[in-house]
Amino acid sequence: MDFQVVVLAGGNSKNLTPLVSKELPKPLLPVANCPVLNYVLHQLEQSNLKDLIVVVEGEDTALLVGAWISGTFIDRLHVEIAAVPEDIGTAGALRAISHHLTAKDILVVSGDLVSDVPPGALAATHRRHDAAVTTMLCSIPVSGPLESGSSGGKDKAKKLGRYNIIGLDPSKQFLLHIATEIEKDARISKRILHAVGQMEMRSDLMDAHMYAFKRSVLQEVLDIKDTFQSLKEDVLPYLVRSQLKSEALLNRTPQGEENSNEKVSSQNNQAFISRILANASTPSFHGLYSENPDGSSSTRKTHKCCVYIASSSSYCVRLNSIQAFMDINRDVTGDADHLLSPNNIIGPSPKLGTKTTVGPNCRLGEGSEMGDKCQVKRSIIGRHCRIGSHVKAVNSVVMNHVTIGDGCIIQGSVICSNVQLQERVVLKDCQVGAGFVVTAGSEYKAESLAKKEK
Amino acid sequence: MGAQKKGATARVSEDPEELARHPLQAILLADSFTTKFRPITLERPKVLLPLVNIPMINYTLAWLESAGVEEVFVFCCAHSKQVIDYLESSEWSSQPNFSVTTIESHNSISAGDALRLIYERNVIHGDFVLISGDTVSNMSLTQALQEHKDRRKKDANAIMTMVVKQSKPSPITQQSRLGTDELFMAINPVTKQLLYYEDKAEYSKGFISLDKTLIADNPSVILHNDKQDCYIDICSQEVLSLFTDNFDYQHLRRHFVKGLLVDDIMGYKIFTHEIHSSYAARIDNFRSYDTISKDIIQRWTYPFVPDVLCGSSAIKVERQGTYRASDVTLSRSAQFGSFTFIGQGTKIGTDTKISHSVIGERCTIGSNVTIEGSYIWNNVTIEDGCQLRNAIVCDGVILKSGAVLQPGVILSFKVVVGQQFVVPAYSKVSLLQQPTQQDSDEELEYADSTSGTGELRSDKLNGDIAPDLSETASELGTGGVGYIWTVFEGAYDEEWRHSVAPIPTDKLVKLMLDKDEDEELLTQDGNVISASRELKTDSDGNGSEDDDNEDSRDDYVSFEKEVEATFLRAVHENVKVDLAVLEVNALRLSYNMASVDCGGAIFYSMMKLAVESPHNSASELHRNAADIVTTWQKLLKSFLHDIDEEIEVILKFEEMCLESAKEFAALFPQILHLLYDKEILQEDAILRWADEKEGADESDKVFLKRSEKFIQWLREAEEEEDDEDE
Repeated sequence: MDFQVVVLAGGNSKNLTPLVSKELPKPLLPVANCPVLNYVLHQLEQSNLKDLIVVVEGEDTALLVGAWISGTFIDRLHVEIAAVPEDIGTAGALRAISHHLTAKDILVVSGDLVSDVPPGALAATHRRHDAAVTTMLCSIPVSGPLESGSSGGKDKAKKLGRYNIIGLDPSKQFLLHIATEIEKDARISKRILHAVGQMEMRSDLMDAHMYAFKRSVLQEVLDIKDTFQSLKEDVLPYLVRSQLKSEALLNRTPQGEENSNEKVSSQNNQAFISRILANASTPSFHGLYSENPDGSSSTRKTHKCCVYIASSSSYCVRLNSIQAFMDINRDVTGDADHLLSPNNIIGPSPKLGTKTTVGPNCRLGEGSEMGDKCQVKRSIIGRHCRIGSHVKAVNSVVMNHVTIGDGCIIQGSVICSNVQLQERVVLKDCQVGAGFVVTAGSEYKAESLAKKEK
Repeated sequence: MGAQKKGATARVSEDPEELARHPLQAILLADSFTTKFRPITLERPKVLLPLVNIPMINYTLAWLESAGVEEVFVFCCAHSKQVIDYLESSEWSSQPNFSVTTIESHNSISAGDALRLIYERNVIHGDFVLISGDTVSNMSLTQALQEHKDRRKKDANAIMTMVVKQSKPSPITQQSRLGTDELFMAINPVTKQLLYYEDKAEYSKGFISLDKTLIADNPSVILHNDKQDCYIDICSQEVLSLFTDNFDYQHLRRHFVKGLLVDDIMGYKIFTHEIHSSYAARIDNFRSYDTISKDIIQRWTYPFVPDVLCGSSAIKVERQGTYRASDVTLSRSAQFGSFTFIGQGTKIGTDTKISHSVIGERCTIGSNVTIEGSYIWNNVTIEDGCQLRNAIVCDGVILKSGAVLQPGVILSFKVVVGQQFVVPAYSKVSLLQQPTQQDSDEELEYADSTSGTGELRSDKLNGDIAPDLSETASELGTGGVGYIWTVFEGAYDEEWRHSVAPIPTDKLVKLMLDKDEDEELLTQDGNVISASRELKTDSDGNGSEDDDNEDSRDDYVSFEKEVEATFLRAVHENVKVDLAVLEVNALRLSYNMASVDCGGAIFYSMMKLAVESPHNSASELHRNAADIVTTWQKLLKSFLHDIDEEIEVILKFEEMCLESAKEFAALFPQILHLLYDKEILQEDAILRWADEKEGADESDKVFLKRSEKFIQWLREAEEEEDDEDE
């Protein structure tokens, strides 16, 4: 397929401190002992999309990510790593690498997407409609710990204002309206509504940050609208808004031709009108609008904005907050364990002490050792960790090379690499940044612990 | 929760009894409370106008009967006598299981008034069908009623079910085939609850605003532009009491439906029922009259078609949808095209061509007449060689030979068109003169004519108008009788939209081109209005804020004007001060202004009056001002509650002296003194004003300097007072 994939992998996300650091940028953040970027790349590979540009923020990050990718995906994917400055936004990042884009269509996907929706399906939808942009929508994930149930999660999502308002045509193929802000009243373009007749407004769908763009359209929009920073908040709404009056494609037709068309147009209007009146139900509303009053080749350009709606049973979450990190870790080892790619299978089983129980939905990395009478439930423990006796770990994530002293109790927490927990530490809903040392006997609740930046 | 459930189940068991006790009732509004069918409706109520030769109300009543309604209350207001007489003489008064009761009113000006009156009568005891007498339908009510009742059992707030039908407005005119404006509705696809209703959407706005809570509360909402409101509502009793509670509800849709949708305190809900294969439409204007007539002739409304409705009377349907009464005298050479109706006793001469038209009873049509797409009622005489295209011709009209009716002409009762006269397109001709003073409120107009035609006719026709008739003869050619109504300014452009004639192609072309331009504008607007982050990033993004400011500025200007007008009226009509205070207060509330603004505006009006009253010298002007201030000090004082507001008055005065009333500039200190003497301004206010101005620019201090002496005096007086205190 003539598709080029751009993976926007990002760099240091502020939302995820203290989990990410210079040494461990966001793309490499382990989810069930496997960098998050792996999930996207794996899905792309499955869909036979092997021509990739991975865009990361900052040169250092680029080196780290590049090293990991070449180590893992060598001979399997054709990957270029591109480093862009920080804080230029998703549109800015694409603008920066615009000259690398050569294929007819570009698939842009966020590097923090953990999903089992095949990107190929999105690409196929895009191709089928010859769309300018196709975006993937998925149901809003249930957030928060499992116990809270689905209704609680829904409320939470609303409070966070994390959902979009999305307008779809009756066939649910075209995107007619998208707004990310919920504070204001929704303003729906009448023109689009006139063309389509009815529009379904959904607030239970989420933009999954996976887009397929027609390259020419994308590059023109990025060129013309140089203030656009975000794909989701600027480029996509712009394309959706202007879909019946596309400016992006206008310069394809020579100016002279347009003028001559206008002169003859009035005579032919009548024929056109009768066609409109006779043909009240056009198969696609775009067709109606793209026809020129003179009926000939169009000066009124339209472009199609399509959607691919992931089925409600599929899994699709973005790792963009600590809560999401916890959720994904929980789901990947639980309900959505099919996401774990084969190369994720754990090596030689870890050494366990006597009377140590490891419950279901757990992962233990290779080379980790556990003492006696430990309890591990719904938790992930990375590689080469040393865990003492009488340790309890519930709903937690422990990364690599962590040392946990005897009698520690860890609940709902994230322990980053190289952390040392001394004896009898009690952590509840905490995040412990890389290399931190928690002194013996201390207790923390809902805190974020990290080494001070030098 | 448990208790609630109990209640619900108790209700279910009760329900069949309830049904048994109350026969299904309907309220039929035999008055549209609009003026769209003028001038015809000046003489005959709309519901009695023939629709394919049968009065409209018959279609409605026949449908109600077939739909299982047992008791109909016909509310009549305009020309109530005619409606009542008609119903009494018709078969409807003697149906075994279908009772028709009339409710008469002489002073109702809206559907709201009608429903309030019906509520007072206390005749409705359960769910009822609300319909106007100009609705044609053949839908079955069973399912809609059942849905309504089921919803009611679950949720007592579900008080109304609206019937809607698929109908996409034209992409060019944004108007439905019935000639009504486009309608935007938001409906929850699962529950069918109506969430948004907008039938008067401003065309200039390129977008529709949906309330955020609406979207937040409903995961999926379908916004429709392709539905038509059939104006058939199944209502619960509460609807009537709601109209009584909200005495300002007038229009069923504009006030009642929209009112319920925005009111989230009571939580009443409206649901929709969509019909797919059956017919339902309301005759709202001349275009829908045309459309629905054609639908009837083409039998979309079956069984409510002329040959069935007339029962045994001899109307036969022939090929190509022609309907012919038995005793039509048709010349051999007359051409009788498709989709045409010819009523009893009509005579048609040689070589006359008729197509797509309805011709009533006992008409006489001469030779060589061409009639296309026209509606000719009863007893019409059309002489030789006339041409009619897309016209409505009422009872008793005479077209002298060679007369031509251009598309869209309406000839009201007994008009006579002179020989060879060409009636221009879209003219409305009546024997009655056009009401001169049109009330701007659309809904009130129809009510003006409620006094009954009898009066109108006797007064006008026999009295003043008789001599005028000779004069009007020229208006409609030699021998013509009638007035051509002038179209209101600006309305002419829109006349074609609602006319009986099809929309001319050149209009469509023009509209298309306009639309293209509009779209360009709208796309540009799109940048400003987009609800995304661009608001901040785009260079032109802050447009909306400016608009807001401008709006409030405009508001203030018009508020000031209103206050001035009120004040002048008070002066000229010697209105009591208390009343004037009340009026200004009302204005303040309606414009959402602070009392500071009132004080300023009143003072402004007073001074303006002083300047405008005749005066020769500054001293006279001063006296004028003094008089006015003395008379109206109480009015002004009632809006000056604290020092800030008084300072506002001084500032306003300054502004006036600089701009609108420079004559006062010289008198500034005197007027200030005057206001002080009259205790309108306290010395604190003046001194604070002086202090504030102390730091201002030199140019700003002109008036401060002029009144320096006065202020000096004030300050000394204050000190003296202080001394005395000690």
